[in-house]
Amino acid sequence: MITLTHYLVLSAILFSIGLVGVIRRKNLLLLFFSTEIMLNAVNIGFAAISKFYGDLTGQMFSFFIIAVAASEVAVGLGLLVLWYKRNGTIDLESMQEMKG
Amino acid sequence: MENYVYIALFAPLVGSLFAALFGDKPKTLITGVVTSFLLFVSWFASIRLLGYVGENTIVHVKMMDWIAAGNFNIDFGFVADQVSVIMMVTVTTVSTLVHIYSIGYMDHDKSFNRYFSYLSAFVFSMMILVMSDNFLGLFIGWEGVGLCSWLLIGFWYHKEDVSTSVNPAISPAYAANEAFIMNRIADLGMLIGIFMIYWNLGSLEYDTVFANIGSLSTGTITLIGIFLFIGAMGKSAQFPLHTWLANAMEGPTPVSALIHAATMVTAGVYLVVRSNEIYALIPNVGYFIACVGAFVAVFAASMALVNMELKRIIAYSTLSQLGYMFVAAGLGAYWIALFHLMAHAFFKSVLFLGAGNVMHAMDDEKYINKMGGLSKVMPWTMGIMTIASLALAGIWPFAGFFSKDKILETAFSSHHYFLWFMLWIGAGMTAYYSFRLIMVVFFGKENYKKDGKHPHEAYPYVIAAMLPLAVLAVIAGFFEEPFVEYVTAILPEYEPHVSSGTFMFLLVVTLGIALSGIALAVIKFSKGNFDEFFKKIGVHRVLINQYFIPDFYQKAICEPYGKLSEMAWKKIDMKIVDATVDFIAGFIYKTGDKARAMQTGNLSTNLKWMTLGLILLLAAIFIRPGM
Amino acid sequence: MEAIAFYLFSIITIGMFLIVVFSKNALYAMSALAGGMIVISGFFFLLDADFLGVVQIIVYTGAVMALYAFGMMFFDTTKDVKENIKETKIIYGLWIAAGILIIVMVSAPFISDKLMLDASISHYTVIGANNPQAVGIFLFTKYLVQFELAAVMLLVAMIAGIILVSKKMDVSLTTTIDQEVEKEEFHQKDAK
Repeated sequence: MITLTHYLVLSAILFSIGLVGVIRRKNLLLLFFSTEIMLNAVNIGFAAISKFYGDLTGQMFSFFIIAVAASEVAVGLGLLVLWYKRNGTIDLESMQEMKG
Repeated sequence: MENYVYIALFAPLVGSLFAALFGDKPKTLITGVVTSFLLFVSWFASIRLLGYVGENTIVHVKMMDWIAAGNFNIDFGFVADQVSVIMMVTVTTVSTLVHIYSIGYMDHDKSFNRYFSYLSAFVFSMMILVMSDNFLGLFIGWEGVGLCSWLLIGFWYHKEDVSTSVNPAISPAYAANEAFIMNRIADLGMLIGIFMIYWNLGSLEYDTVFANIGSLSTGTITLIGIFLFIGAMGKSAQFPLHTWLANAMEGPTPVSALIHAATMVTAGVYLVVRSNEIYALIPNVGYFIACVGAFVAVFAASMALVNMELKRIIAYSTLSQLGYMFVAAGLGAYWIALFHLMAHAFFKSVLFLGAGNVMHAMDDEKYINKMGGLSKVMPWTMGIMTIASLALAGIWPFAGFFSKDKILETAFSSHHYFLWFMLWIGAGMTAYYSFRLIMVVFFGKENYKKDGKHPHEAYPYVIAAMLPLAVLAVIAGFFEEPFVEYVTAILPEYEPHVSSGTFMFLLVVTLGIALSGIALAVIKFSKGNFDEFFKKIGVHRVLINQYFIPDFYQKAICEPYGKLSEMAWKKIDMKIVDATVDFIAGFIYKTGDKARAMQTGNLSTNLKWMTLGLILLLAAIFIRPGM
Repeated sequence: MEAIAFYLFSIITIGMFLIVVFSKNALYAMSALAGGMIVISGFFFLLDADFLGVVQIIVYTGAVMALYAFGMMFFDTTKDVKENIKETKIIYGLWIAAGILIIVMVSAPFISDKLMLDASISHYTVIGANNPQAVGIFLFTKYLVQFELAAVMLLVAMIAGIILVSKKMDVSLTTTIDQEVEKEEFHQKDAK
């Protein structure tokens, strides 16, 4: 019997995997990958709650999250390209201009 | 009539504020003229009040509420009864004439305007002091005159400090501080007395206090009387708080004439006279006051015998005469004290003004042995000063004779023979040193020619300003009868009871010693006075150093206190207080410095911090007690 | 049946995403991400969210991953990504703490049986329609404003992407081409 708990636990595991990716990765592109993982984990969670509650709002939410994620990737990659053209690298360690 | 009270009170204030507008500008004659005129207005109002106030008509005005805090209610109230009107007239008369004199004296001074502002402010404070109808207003005036005295003694504050061997007063700024601080010490006593009055009686107004004072225990009343007298001791420079008065001569001479002859130093006597109903209940304290007064009379006169500075001699003379007033007040003869106060104000101020003339003519020279033979060039001044000295010595028919004689009678008739004896010796010394002054300054060899000075008589209007005071010094004695009648409506009547035989004997004896003092001064003058004699018997050094009392104060009080202050500053303030504040600041600074390491600009680090924050937030929400 | 599918999918997903996070090779990471996305769409189908699952495949796996692939080509990250990661303890510590916390958070209510499915909340659902129809009805009636806003946002993102990356945006390509064509014709006429 798969209950809501199972799905939520799965969502939490995926979210934490994404979290450790965000912390760990030094390459900006790979950092974006980890962000995608987190967004997907949340999507699963919403969809699961939507099914188990019989409420369609969760799926709507997921739908919009997908839309937002897509546009975020577009703009983010555009910025990344610009940075690469200017600096030649997208390593996080080299982006310390705001060191305070 | 009430308007006259306000006019008399506030005219000097208006003058002071007017002169203050010109404070930083060079001399403008208009300030002197306007302030003198306003003081004349105040004098006129006082005279009107003198005519009006009589047996049953006292003018009592309440200007406004001042403090109304719970049970504590004090108003700004002013009363013009016989005692205060006498004081008002004395103060305004002397003040007006001193103002006019100052226009001539401060002619070449570049702080001319500031001077008149301070002088009028002083008169205003003195008027508050004598016209107030409660102890707190008295205290305000008390402090005000102390402040203005400080401002005026230190008028030439830019003069440098010198060692005490060159000038015992060190510098005008130092003398001003000394005067103010000594007065402050005495004010503590007075404040305690006022507190005790309020604590026990619940009010500070004269009427209420004097009506109910009898209900307290004798011990309390004694303490109140002693504490109030401590305040008077400071203001009137009685022993041991007397050293400031001689050093206050560093200020301009008209200031000495006004403040340290006629008005501020008499505030102490006024306090005792005003509180006569308190002192009447504690005759022991009164006797103590009289003893202090007699001691000071002789003590100060002794120091004047050998002194070589012109104004210091007159200052010691003031000190001595204040002692006489306190003897009278202490023995219960309050109207006699007031009478002597009034007469003394007239002749002492004109004596100072004459000395000012001499100093001005001699380019601010203050040593009498550099002068001599000035009677040829300054006849008017010599004449006026001689009249004043005769009045001071107590020669008939001048004013001093009547008042001083009455005091001696009082001492004798109340069987305090030792007091009488001291006062009698004091009278002799007074006569001697006054005429020693006159002879050395005005007669004899013209020592000033050696220094190439060219003295000349003062301006005519300056002499004209001095003349009314000189006239009053002559005739004031004849007003004794109306004075007594006027004043004893409020003050207790007191007549020394002596048989007519004793009376004549006392008269002769007193007059005798005064005349012999004068004779000694005049005759011995050609042989250098008694100075050689004093040097021979060894007292000269003691007297000229003021019995070494200032040195004693310096070593015993000032220096240890200075060391205490320095220790408190270095050890306590800097090491503890400052260190604590610095520690707090340093702590915050270091914390900020360490927290700065969070801002690496590295995105990875930021993300790590974000995760940490997320965990903390979730933990805070999730892990709650009782879950 | 459902349980088998669930566990299978979850293991694959977790494995894929672990490769994404821990791999040194960017290409492997990207491929694993694409794989993971597809399996997640499988989850959606399991949850009766048909429309969502299809959208996931089309948008995520198709468009987003294509974008990432282009990005990778641009950045030349095919070679091994050199990462020196310091402070491994901190990372793992944070990771484990976060993970445990979140899992415990979401599972605690159910394990302790405190959560009751509240039947009184109004559920937005359509009776008698299959999922795409229901989604369509909701999207165009109840969530119309959000839908339009999302559309505007996508438009803005697209324009932003173009502007950020292209060169020489001050010159209009179409008019330049027209002018050049005119010049050629002109020259050709002259030449003839």
